[in-house]
Amino acid sequence: MKTLKKTTKVNLATYLGVILAFTCVTVAKGTGLLSNSMNSWLVPICCYIVMAISLNLTVGISGELSLGHAGFMSVGAFSGVVTAMSLQQAIPFSPLRLAVSMIVGAALAAVVGLIVGIPVLRLRGDYLAIVTLAFGEIIKQLINCLLVGWDSRGLHFAFNLDGTQTISSLGLEEGGIAIIKGAQGATGTVTLSSFTAGFVLVMLTLFIVLNLIQSRTGRAIMAIRDNRIAAESVGLNITKYKLTAFVTSAALAGAAGALYGLNYSNLSSSIFDFNTSILILVFVVLGGLGNIWGSIVATVVLYILPEALREFRDYRMLLYAIVLILVMLVTNSPQVKAILGHIKGKGAKSHG
Amino acid sequence: MKKKNIAALLMAGAMCLSLFAGCTKSDSQESATPSGTDSNVSSSSTAAQFKIGFIGPLTGDTAIYGTNARNGAQIAVDEINALGGDIQFELNPQDDENKAERSVNAYNTLKDWGMQMLVGTVTTTPALSVAPLAHTDRIFTLTPSASSTDVVDGKDNVYQVCFTDPNQGFRSAQYIDENMDVSKIAIIYKNDDNYSTGIYESFKGEADKRGMEIVYTGTFTTDTQNDFAVQVAAAQSAGADLVYLPIYYTPASVILTQANQVGYKPVFFGVDGMDGILTSEGFDPALAEGVMLLSPFAADATDELTVNFVTEYQKRHGQLPNQFAADGYDAVYILYKALTEAGCTPDMTAEEINNALIGAMPTISVDGLTGQNMTWAENGTVNKDPRAIIIKDGVYTTPES
Repeated sequence: MKTLKKTTKVNLATYLGVILAFTCVTVAKGTGLLSNSMNSWLVPICCYIVMAISLNLTVGISGELSLGHAGFMSVGAFSGVVTAMSLQQAIPFSPLRLAVSMIVGAALAAVVGLIVGIPVLRLRGDYLAIVTLAFGEIIKQLINCLLVGWDSRGLHFAFNLDGTQTISSLGLEEGGIAIIKGAQGATGTVTLSSFTAGFVLVMLTLFIVLNLIQSRTGRAIMAIRDNRIAAESVGLNITKYKLTAFVTSAALAGAAGALYGLNYSNLSSSIFDFNTSILILVFVVLGGLGNIWGSIVATVVLYILPEALREFRDYRMLLYAIVLILVMLVTNSPQVKAILGHIKGKGAKSHG
Repeated sequence: MKKKNIAALLMAGAMCLSLFAGCTKSDSQESATPSGTDSNVSSSSTAAQFKIGFIGPLTGDTAIYGTNARNGAQIAVDEINALGGDIQFELNPQDDENKAERSVNAYNTLKDWGMQMLVGTVTTTPALSVAPLAHTDRIFTLTPSASSTDVVDGKDNVYQVCFTDPNQGFRSAQYIDENMDVSKIAIIYKNDDNYSTGIYESFKGEADKRGMEIVYTGTFTTDTQNDFAVQVAAAQSAGADLVYLPIYYTPASVILTQANQVGYKPVFFGVDGMDGILTSEGFDPALAEGVMLLSPFAADATDELTVNFVTEYQKRHGQLPNQFAADGYDAVYILYKALTEAGCTPDMTAEEINNALIGAMPTISVDGLTGQNMTWAENGTVNKDPRAIIIKDGVYTTPES
């Protein structure tokens, strides 16, 4: 083990940690130790972990602030739901259908990421934050106007701009299903998501992101983040590398969105709003910019916290906010850092 | 070194957090377990309790609906328990922030608690995710106010206390056409909301059938609900003398304020979501003078049931109950009646109660706050008459006919 680099050790520990957590939870599930409420947290936690890791790629590794990450999740979620619902007869095997939906969600989100990224990432400064903020809102409004139905002839789309069209204007055949009903979102979705699928997605995300960071591309991305002029002077193509990070991040968010969308029987675009984007950013910031395993731990803790505080009834959200502020203060306090450093120093001594 | 420190700190922070979360949980469990066993002991000597779960938005933008429904349900539970009969209830309210994701979590928390019946959810969006789960798990569900037909469609164990959205739209068009002297109608509805679009579609369908003239249709979304200058001006210039507002009271209060600013004074006609406008924060209740709404409940009604309920509610919470409180109150009494009818006992499993109640629901008739002789169709929808209400001198009153 001594020959391994420190980053490699950390990465291996991250993989092992996730696998260990998955095994423990699966065993607990099998033996009935897991309550129903804990069971219902599993898939959303996996989704948010993927969201946080992928946003960390943009914000932490590439150094560009993105405030519309929920927008990519939304694109992935709705395209995933449409794919899964329309392939019900073509692919009866549900895990495969889920996989196909996640791939479609990721692909569409990547395309959208490319469209948003190409003009913006050529610029210097915080333009990406502004544009992604607007993008998140635009996607929400577009989906509010979108009507999608499916029948034996295929998919039908309509765009309800003036507020006068309803699902009947799609002209569906008998036996056709309305998948997205404009503002009402997707209702009556057949749920497919499972914890195993979530685990596979998290592992895949870790694999992609960690390998990207350590590759030549990853080093180039971080070089651009640290000193753009120096990076440019050695001949790095700034836009290309930034775009690589951004599109990868969008695609992973799309896959997470598809998993999320197929976990609930209804889905409305209003949940993928600015607040959700900020929530994911909070996961990333609390976990540490550029720190992948930190994102995972922060997501799990911050997702479970408001649920664990259910005992406090009406004061739940108040307590959640207070705990959040305390954590941010404590983790940045010099005294606490000194104490921890001291403990660590002692530990290191005793070890060796 | 620095990075290491930060990592260690984060880890420690996370551990403290999980400890904290762990503590609170085990603490409350410890405190809950003795009291739980206590109640079990004491109740086994008298009568065991049915466990009713309640889900609604107790925090967030729509908290007024959830808290009112919960308070109403709690009053009904206390009244029934005070009767000392065989049927005793225990109510466990959980917050869902009006979000599907949180609502599913709340539902599962209640399942862990051992819920036998569900009163919920209060709002439609979360109900669309929770009702299918309750259908699969065979837990009888009675929603006080989730009014979309999608909530009950195809689910034999999901029932509603409130009208369905299409029913509200249809009844409003009928009422306006038959009882009011207006010629031109404008509609402003929220097109990113299930509830609002559902009512709008059925209102428009019925209005077209009756040949009523709709001169303007305006839409808005959650993001644009703070400014209605455009819609109000368009309705005014179209010469509408009635503005139909199938929306919740928060945006409605903005519309009323802005219409007043430009001196536009048509009749405003709302549906049950308009209920609550008088207690809306930062809104001058005087502007709501003359607003009409179609609602199953009026707090000023003089029948004994309403008077008792309103007095009790005011005593406990210091304000007038709205229609959601009445829906919550009725929901508990409907369960009470159905359980009595079906002869259920608290030791039955959720599924046994579910099957018994599905048999009983279509046969019972309940006199409640929100309607006399409420009956249910097998598809879960309620049959009762709506009441038109006009706001006069700052209170909801029944219009003189």
